[in-house]
Amino acid sequence: MTAIRIPPTLRNEVGGERQVEAHGGSVREVLEDLARRYPALESQLFEDGELATFVNVYLGGEDIRTLDGLDTTVDGLPMILLPAMAGGC
Amino acid sequence: MLTTADSLLSLVGDTPLVELSRFVPGPVRVYAKLEGQNPTGSIKDRVAKAMIEAAEASGELEPGRRLLEPTSGNTGISLALVAKLKGYPLTCVLPANATEERRRLLRLYGAEIVESPGEEGSNGAVRMALALAEADPSWFMPFQYANEANPRAHYEGTGAEIAAALDRVDVLVAGLGTGGTLMGTGERLRESFPDVVVAAAEPLPGDHVMGLRSLADGYVPPILDVEKLDRKILVSNEESVAALKKLLGTEGLLAGVSSGAVAHVARLLAAELTEGVVVCVFADGGWKEISADFWEARDVERSMERTVWW
Repeated sequence: MTAIRIPPTLRNEVGGERQVEAHGGSVREVLEDLARRYPALESQLFEDGELATFVNVYLGGEDIRTLDGLDTTVDGLPMILLPAMAGGC
Repeated sequence: MLTTADSLLSLVGDTPLVELSRFVPGPVRVYAKLEGQNPTGSIKDRVAKAMIEAAEASGELEPGRRLLEPTSGNTGISLALVAKLKGYPLTCVLPANATEERRRLLRLYGAEIVESPGEEGSNGAVRMALALAEADPSWFMPFQYANEANPRAHYEGTGAEIAAALDRVDVLVAGLGTGGTLMGTGERLRESFPDVVVAAAEPLPGDHVMGLRSLADGYVPPILDVEKLDRKILVSNEESVAALKKLLGTEGLLAGVSSGAVAHVARLLAAELTEGVVVCVFADGGWKEISADFWEARDVERSMERTVWW
């Protein structure tokens, strides 16, 4: 079971929860399981089967885009979803 | 040898690198590039100067134009200096929850401020500035998020200076904002040290400053290519502040919030090595956060969650 922190932007899609749980061995499997539990998330998380541009997924605090992407092994680490934001002062 | 400078703009860059052997003791050497020693106190002096001079050189920016830029502070302050010395009026679009010191500094340097809704965060400032610029073409917007002069300033400046100062760099750590520092410095360091790991320290934003109604309002700066990052690590405000306090306590170094995050990641990555050199870029000093509550707050996260810090 992977604990997934949900940003305010996506909380409506998960019934207002801050944190939810889903199953899977890879990030893709966990996100697909999450989208099965909360179907409104599907179109927010995926674009043509790939991770949507404006979603960042962190596993153990690291962006999966600099790990193995959706194929990254979850390994019991907590997951955080965040919207892509402009930073930089 | 001491020399004189013809203006503050000539003093941008050539910042010192200092070893942090008390902050990270051990076989791995960690150096911080102190960008707070630029004329207005941040790394953005490099970017502001480069963007304006590139636009002047290309003819895009002519005398009499007014400048507009979305910024939560440092870029605006740097642009205000450059604009003042070159004779352009400047307006900054600033999220309403940017720190009071930044707002005040901008006004003192002579910039006009337009506020964007605080709950929309920096994406809101970007959105508002883009709309203003589109509605009135007399504005010239350097737009650090998409301006190639931004990473180029770090390729030619920050990165070249680090490569000249050190004979080995295994890891580069910088804060992720526009991506300019990481892209430009990373590219230059890869030329000298092909195996260098380019690592981004990224802020974990408080719920109240994310401010997006939907993911479609998200924003990825055009100059940022995440594929070129080797690591991208999220740092909480609490972790950043803990690192800031430790930097001050061990090295006597007063750094800004983003530098706390960078220092935190530098320490994590140094612990993964048995030897080598880690270079971190400290974007500014902590002077603009002296009055912030987080230094003493028992609940650091709570004291910081409503403010855009970097």
